[in-house]
Amino acid sequence: MATAPARPTPGSAGEGMSEEAFEAVFDAAVAADERIEPRDWMPEAYRATLVRQIAQHAHSEIIGMQPEANWITRAPSLRRKAILMAKVQDEAGHGLYLYGAAETLGTSRDELLDKLHSGRQKYSSIFNYPTLTWADVGAIGWLVDGAAITNQVPLCRCSYGPYARAMVRVCKEESFHQRQGYESLLALSRGTTAQHEMAQDAVNRWWWPSLMMFGPPDDESAHSAQSMEWKIKRFSNDELRQRFVDICVPQAESLGLSLPDPDLRWNEERQHWDFGEIDWSEFKEILKGNGPCNDQRITQRRRAHENGAWVREAAEAYARKHSPGTPHTGTGTSTSTSTSTSTDDRNGTRKATA
Amino acid sequence: MTAAEHTAALALGDDALVLSHRLGEWAGHAPVLEEEVALANIALDLLGQARVLLSMAGDEDELAYLREERAFRNLQLVEQPNGDFAHTLARQLYFSTFQHLLYGQLATGDSVFAPLAGKAVHEVAYHRDHAEQWTRRLGDGTEESHRRMQRAATALWQFTGEMFQPVEGVPADWQQLEQSWQRSVTEVLTSATLEVPEGPRAGAWKAGAGRQGLHTESFGRMLAEMQHLHRSHPGARW
Repeated sequence: MATAPARPTPGSAGEGMSEEAFEAVFDAAVAADERIEPRDWMPEAYRATLVRQIAQHAHSEIIGMQPEANWITRAPSLRRKAILMAKVQDEAGHGLYLYGAAETLGTSRDELLDKLHSGRQKYSSIFNYPTLTWADVGAIGWLVDGAAITNQVPLCRCSYGPYARAMVRVCKEESFHQRQGYESLLALSRGTTAQHEMAQDAVNRWWWPSLMMFGPPDDESAHSAQSMEWKIKRFSNDELRQRFVDICVPQAESLGLSLPDPDLRWNEERQHWDFGEIDWSEFKEILKGNGPCNDQRITQRRRAHENGAWVREAAEAYARKHSPGTPHTGTGTSTSTSTSTSTDDRNGTRKATA
Repeated sequence: MTAAEHTAALALGDDALVLSHRLGEWAGHAPVLEEEVALANIALDLLGQARVLLSMAGDEDELAYLREERAFRNLQLVEQPNGDFAHTLARQLYFSTFQHLLYGQLATGDSVFAPLAGKAVHEVAYHRDHAEQWTRRLGDGTEESHRRMQRAATALWQFTGEMFQPVEGVPADWQQLEQSWQRSVTEVLTSATLEVPEGPRAGAWKAGAGRQGLHTESFGRMLAEMQHLHRSHPGARW
């Protein structure tokens, strides 16, 4: 990955440079579409914005495991069960990459998890909705992962190197999940009457929340302008939301399912789909913690962490006893738990060993 | 496929299916993210094995979703509830050591299970390594983890004898399996500063248990959850 080779870093080549000089170098690098790397000087506000955004992104992966894991033990066929398990496993893996990316900015996973557990950092509002039927798993794959991809593909070109590189890996896997979600909904839509109704009901419940994933409208989005200037963001919330709607409408049609919006219609002049007004009051309530599953999600997350404390302590105590001289960091449980799933593992459709 | 091979495929397939299901219950509840990944990874490997084995015996979904409790042939060990992390790992240690040794034997033979075993033995080697490392960390970690690991190892001991009852159609040297298993588990527990549990390795109730379709109480509830949706839509495709 291209790091600007001769960019001065504090304490080395940059000895004696003024703050303004560093800032000028940073601005020039961003303007030239170069990647900012962990050791480069960066404005404190840039660092803080990235920590907030990457952490929130990581938290969303972790909390986002819950609504889907809710159906692992009830998946209706072994093939679907394998696909779902592989997906939830990938989400844990994405959380790991993203916490890793955040750590390059001088924070730690423990610190970020602590902020999640105490409600000082947020996760995506979408995961505060419940998964009530099996079709919700397909709708999440199609719509929620679809919205996530629309948001994340531009982040592969984000100015901060570690984040951009994490997003490349995440996006590849997400696209795979999204196709599987679509395919699962298609099977339901073309199945029995009861299955078709289940699919339609799920789309009805997930459509609007998915549109809210792009965040508030541009004129109310607090961080947007600065993030775009820093090339963390490449497109505005409303631009991405429109792009998503334009993609989904024909997909819904080929699924044989309708989208729950009477105002949806093709606008010949704009060459885009017009769509109805989003209920921003619902969005705000959920962000305030008043959604259907806010308490449940954070309580389960906290409980898993608290119930696991003795395990983490054991791993640290064992590491201290058995690797003298090796300074021990973090959770100390990395030895045998590689994330080396093969592409086949993720596929889930394989007869695993065949 | 002979009748004996059919029964054998069900026995081995049910072991993998049921343990995979139990591990799937951990999703979103693990003590660290790395274990979310690891437990799901093991569950997926086992589910993959189950699908191959059940498909040898018939239709994988019919067999998984439409048999009742008395028709399942899995070991009672694998259906035991997860309990705490130590409990899950003790179950995993006992079973993956057994499965690794068994598949090692089957892989070098010429039975119908040889191709599956030849591939799965590599996955299971990883499961075994994972379980052994955690047994050492928990056994030789803190006082609390030591106590929990000992309790788990002891509580599950009574289910380990069943693994070595010969299964018709599985061409294994059962006596050698049992000896190797004893040796290996003793070595791991001892190096983890744990006592090798004493007492019988089979329940006082000598009915033959899981392999004959006699299960423990929690198993029916597990199946109810697993099968509910599939049974609610007879004939549907997913």
